[in-house]
Amino acid sequence: MASSQKRRLTRIGISLLIYAVILVLPIDSWFEQPTGLYVEFFLFLIPYLIAGYDVLIKAVRGIGHGQVLDEYFLMSVATIGAFALVLFPDAEPHMAEGAAVMLFFQVGEFFEDYAVGKSRKSIAELMDIAPEYANLLDPEGYSYLVDPDDVEPGQLIIVKPGERVPLDGVVVSGTSQLDTSALTGESLPRSVRVGDEAISGCINLNGLITVQVTKPYGDSTVQRILALVEDASERKATSEAFITRFARYYTPIVVGGAVLLAIIPPLLGFGAWSDWIQRGLVFLVVSCPCALVISVPLSFFGGIGGASRQGILVKGGNYLEALAHCDTVVMDKTGTLSTGKFSVIEAVPAHDGDTEVSELLRKAAHAEAFSTHPIATSIREAFEASNDGASIDQSCVTDVSEIAGRGICATVGDTHVKVGNRQLMEDVAGMPEEDPSCIGTLLFVACNGVYAGHLLIGDSLKPDAAIAIKQLNEMGSKTVMLTGDREDVASAVAIELGITDYRAHLLPQEKVAVVEQLLATKKTSGKHTLAFVGDGINDAPALMRADIGIAMGALGSDAAIEAADVVLMDDAPVKIAASMRIAKRTMRIVWQNIIFAIGVKIAILILAVFGIATLWLAVFGDVGVAVLAILNAMRALHVERA
Amino acid sequence: MRKTYKFEGECCANCAAKIEDKISKLDGVNSTKVNFMLQRFTLDAEDGAFENALTKSISIFKKIEPDVEVLVK
Repeated sequence: MASSQKRRLTRIGISLLIYAVILVLPIDSWFEQPTGLYVEFFLFLIPYLIAGYDVLIKAVRGIGHGQVLDEYFLMSVATIGAFALVLFPDAEPHMAEGAAVMLFFQVGEFFEDYAVGKSRKSIAELMDIAPEYANLLDPEGYSYLVDPDDVEPGQLIIVKPGERVPLDGVVVSGTSQLDTSALTGESLPRSVRVGDEAISGCINLNGLITVQVTKPYGDSTVQRILALVEDASERKATSEAFITRFARYYTPIVVGGAVLLAIIPPLLGFGAWSDWIQRGLVFLVVSCPCALVISVPLSFFGGIGGASRQGILVKGGNYLEALAHCDTVVMDKTGTLSTGKFSVIEAVPAHDGDTEVSELLRKAAHAEAFSTHPIATSIREAFEASNDGASIDQSCVTDVSEIAGRGICATVGDTHVKVGNRQLMEDVAGMPEEDPSCIGTLLFVACNGVYAGHLLIGDSLKPDAAIAIKQLNEMGSKTVMLTGDREDVASAVAIELGITDYRAHLLPQEKVAVVEQLLATKKTSGKHTLAFVGDGINDAPALMRADIGIAMGALGSDAAIEAADVVLMDDAPVKIAASMRIAKRTMRIVWQNIIFAIGVKIAILILAVFGIATLWLAVFGDVGVAVLAILNAMRALHVERA
Repeated sequence: MRKTYKFEGECCANCAAKIEDKISKLDGVNSTKVNFMLQRFTLDAEDGAFENALTKSISIFKKIEPDVEVLVK
């Protein structure tokens, strides 16, 4: 708590104590009337002035600057008015209420300040990923502590265990594990060795690594994320803009209402002046729109901050709002639902048996020993993974010939091996009649002219792809998958994952056309929006064309961060549904606050017209609602882990 | 030219909106943002008019929220 806040709290405490004492003392019985009334008047002025002298000063200063109708002015008029009611001898005295309004206004201001300060702090903590220093390594091998800003690309830095990687770079010596959770929300550490990228903001867990810096600090991942989240609060959602507009009209209208209410009815002879003035004062007390104007941006800020904690960067309140209304999710298959890497999904030898599988892989891997094709790489990887420590012995491979579009022939040891599609297998004996129905590319293996088995190569689906789709379906979103794959592959994947709709055989540039077509056909009623999810590689146009572009696996990819509205730092598709849940929850909190605050204020205004609302109730309507709305808004910050 | 400044001191969201509204109507100002949560003030104005707009902006801050201090580095 800041010292100014402490002073303020003490002042409120002293004032409250004096106020309570005066309230309890039986002053009426000590003096004759009306002397007792005047004594009471001056006694109540003491706690009033202790609590509110600064409000009165600010009100006067405000008038000097042409700032009528600010909250200080309104509170001053309302409280002075309450005291002034003593001039109507036949009316009930309202000094106690006048002092109380000022006192509770200050209590509310204090809470507001405290709550806003606190949420500022917790947001700052969320954003506490900026490194404080870097260990710069000079050519002689000594290291110095320097400001990360002073390190230039190409220079070497040392990152010790427990330290934060200060700048983006490539590991040039050492191995370690990096905790990326502050950036991605992913708790599993990422292991790095020489040649791997070290991303700023990660925490080095165990080994000492030397990193060659690749980007200046200003362009580092940490700086980009910080800038993005900070700018996010400046892109306002429509509900936020609505509140700002509402506030601009609300105060003058209510103040106008207060004046009319205090003057017109008594002029027309309906009741006493003092009664109607008191009703007008109630209007003044609730005329401040602070609760709304603070709590709505605070909720958005909290939602964006909380999302970033899970590795979901939302570029603005407007996108959070759009995401909450999203009912169509269009996904690129490769890189979004699948890993984008080929791998051997299945190895099926012609005859059953464990050794048969590894033998099949061994032959195929050796035949493909010199090929650079991604499929060849995946077969070699599968072989190395299947036999612990096995490696390819290139010396036993001879007579390699690659037949474009069909496959490869080679002599492995003393066996003639063919690996390729059915066209390559024309003279092979024992081929199966039908292709097994499958997702992916089928490769046949033949040894010495006899069918030996087949390999199924696929772009494997991410482990959480099915859960991600299930969650989206449960939320009522239509899911559409876009892919360049064959029709049968696409349909099999769609069925496996439970995707509502798919478009196969697409060229990369056709994706944007599909997005446009879906945008045109989607429900026009309401505010339904369409999100496109891609990995940012060659789908930037679709990311931009969709209502919400979500880029996936964007850690370290500047292009994707640039093009998208929502950035998922890791590549888990479950984060799509998670981001929609956060958006929906934030919007719920926003609307709760809007409806609650406006509702209570309007209720009090109506009650005041009929003379039912007291100043006590009005002060609750002002500060009580503000505090409750702020507390509610702070819930947006605490996002449950996916 | 576009520059961002920090500011300190109490400022409510309503006042921030008022300040933003007034500054955006100054001559030569393209856009402005008064971010009450982050206590950041961004001014985007024509190069020639920037200094003048900044001075006027600060006096608008002072008028609406006398306690606020804009930190001009």
